[in-house]
Amino acid sequence: MTLLRHLAIAIIVALVLAGVSIQLGGYRDYQMAEVAAYVTAVAGLTLLLGLSGQISVGNGAFMAVGSYGGALLMLHLNWPLEFVFLAATVIAAAGGAVFGIAAARLRGPYLAGATLMLAVALPTLADQYAGVFGGDQGLSTSITTPAFLGATFPPTRWLAWVTCACALITLVLLANLGRSRIGRSWRAVRDDEVAAALSGLNVARLQILAFVVSAACAGLGGVLLAVVTGIVAPGAYTLTLSIGLLTAAVVGGLGSLLGAVWGSLVLVLVPTYLTNVAASHGLSGAASSSVPIAAYGVVLIVVMLAFPAGIQGGLRRLFGPAAPAAAVPFNALRRRRPATEHEEEGLHEKTT
Amino acid sequence: MQEFLEFTLGGIAIGMIYAAIALSLVLIWRGTRVLNYSQGGMAMFTTYVAWVVISHTGNYWLGFVLALASGLVLGAILERTVVRPTEGKSPLNSVIVTIGLLIFLEGLAGIIYGGQYRSFPVAFSLKGLKLGGVALGISTSDLFTAGAVLAAALALALVFRYTAVGLRLRATAFRPDVARLLGVRIGRVLTLGWALAGLFGALAGVLVTPTTFLYPNSMDSIFVLGFTAAVIGGLDSPVGAVTGGVLLGVVLSYAGGYLGSDLVLVYGLVVLALVLMVRPTGLFSAAAARRV
Repeated sequence: MTLLRHLAIAIIVALVLAGVSIQLGGYRDYQMAEVAAYVTAVAGLTLLLGLSGQISVGNGAFMAVGSYGGALLMLHLNWPLEFVFLAATVIAAAGGAVFGIAAARLRGPYLAGATLMLAVALPTLADQYAGVFGGDQGLSTSITTPAFLGATFPPTRWLAWVTCACALITLVLLANLGRSRIGRSWRAVRDDEVAAALSGLNVARLQILAFVVSAACAGLGGVLLAVVTGIVAPGAYTLTLSIGLLTAAVVGGLGSLLGAVWGSLVLVLVPTYLTNVAASHGLSGAASSSVPIAAYGVVLIVVMLAFPAGIQGGLRRLFGPAAPAAAVPFNALRRRRPATEHEEEGLHEKTT
Repeated sequence: MQEFLEFTLGGIAIGMIYAAIALSLVLIWRGTRVLNYSQGGMAMFTTYVAWVVISHTGNYWLGFVLALASGLVLGAILERTVVRPTEGKSPLNSVIVTIGLLIFLEGLAGIIYGGQYRSFPVAFSLKGLKLGGVALGISTSDLFTAGAVLAAALALALVFRYTAVGLRLRATAFRPDVARLLGVRIGRVLTLGWALAGLFGALAGVLVTPTTFLYPNSMDSIFVLGFTAAVIGGLDSPVGAVTGGVLLGVVLSYAGGYLGSDLVLVYGLVVLALVLMVRPTGLFSAAAARRV
């Protein structure tokens, strides 16, 4: 039933988006495609952060894995687009599995540190093996509009359709996953690892699975973004990207797929908007490029202080029923302090 | 052998910079359980303060001292204004707030000082030192860097160990609720922790910037490596921060020297992965087996 409901919603949204994209101009269509690519990646991350309670500051690295994998298949094997997307997802998922297994014992800031290092280290490989990855120039990943749409069909609209379709499919799959047994198990692990393990859940396997899912989404998002921008180059996969994904997930609202959409909109549209505002106020030179950056920082801080549960949480508080669903508990990040001997004794006395 | 000596000493010198950043992160993590992503941005900003003072007065030491002082003040102000309100919320909120701070500080520096690369002076000569005709691969300036961080770390250790303030800092980090019951003004102690962290960050900024130039993003990569050092050492341990910094500095120096400098960050990732696989909470964290 849930699957059917999610599918119905997705189809309606798809029709609306298609209608909207026809109304929009080329540049807006491009932005729409960009947002859809980010939504795909952020949705996976929000699942990791919000449901399984792990942190990743390095999902940009998995985006890089997906997009480079997809680009190589596109260039050398001429795979059709849908297989390229699928393969990029699988490749990134494999990368996520490797990292997830290696990092299964890490918690909180240690996981953050490891993923942060992954995010900055991995793109340097593209420079090192320039023969394969095209070095600084990168690889071209531009796609052509299929013939059946006619020669006059705007390419950006096609990009918007492709990316939105992928994003919607991803969201439907993730929404179902989140409500499945696996999703419930993730929540259990997030809220109390020890209790979850006692109930027979394999904590390590669940956490690795969450990493795999988030990496797969990042890989798909990465290859989508590559197709949108028409190029894969190491310059796109900086720390800024990874931090941007994390920001979008948290600002949008942790654990909420709709939040991933809000977060991605903020990530793409707010900097552009601020740049336009700065330009229209006649700022020039260094100030015109720096004012939007500073303002974006302020936006992040203000949103976080005003809506501690993210935009989605804030909306729920404003418009939704008075459900206490606002803040997602997020215990896993705080490293559990081991109970002292004294405390354990106390516990023992109470139970006996 | 000659090379080995050069790489080792050079690695220790740069490692002390990572150690200073790591120490600032540890100070904040112990007290507030906040990962301060804006540490690099704060250090960059205070270095601009030093740069302005030095280029106007020509006095390096005045700039040096003012940078450290502004680090103290900046840390305290940021804790009071934007970090304190995130207390008790999801830890990710404070992460995003500090990321927002980082972006804000980098933008602000761009607005005030422009984005161009500025050279930053050194206190001492950059000429390589020799001992009995053998080049050591480090300069007086490197010695000063290592000495300054070591002295600051030592001073911090003494404060922690022998003063009432240090006792309060430790008590707050260890058991905030009990410390509060015993009359420690937790709020002030946390602000002090951030101020001290700001000071260490400022120290790192002033010391490392001569080698990186000064621009709004100049501390980004140093911050990542400092963070890595803190994770390697264990985020709860100041000793671990210094050890992690030196270890990372030396290993990266060997890797860069013997294997080529292109993949230094990848080697850093390898070191981090190896350490964390053996000890998932860093080298010096209080060993706590998770009971599952």
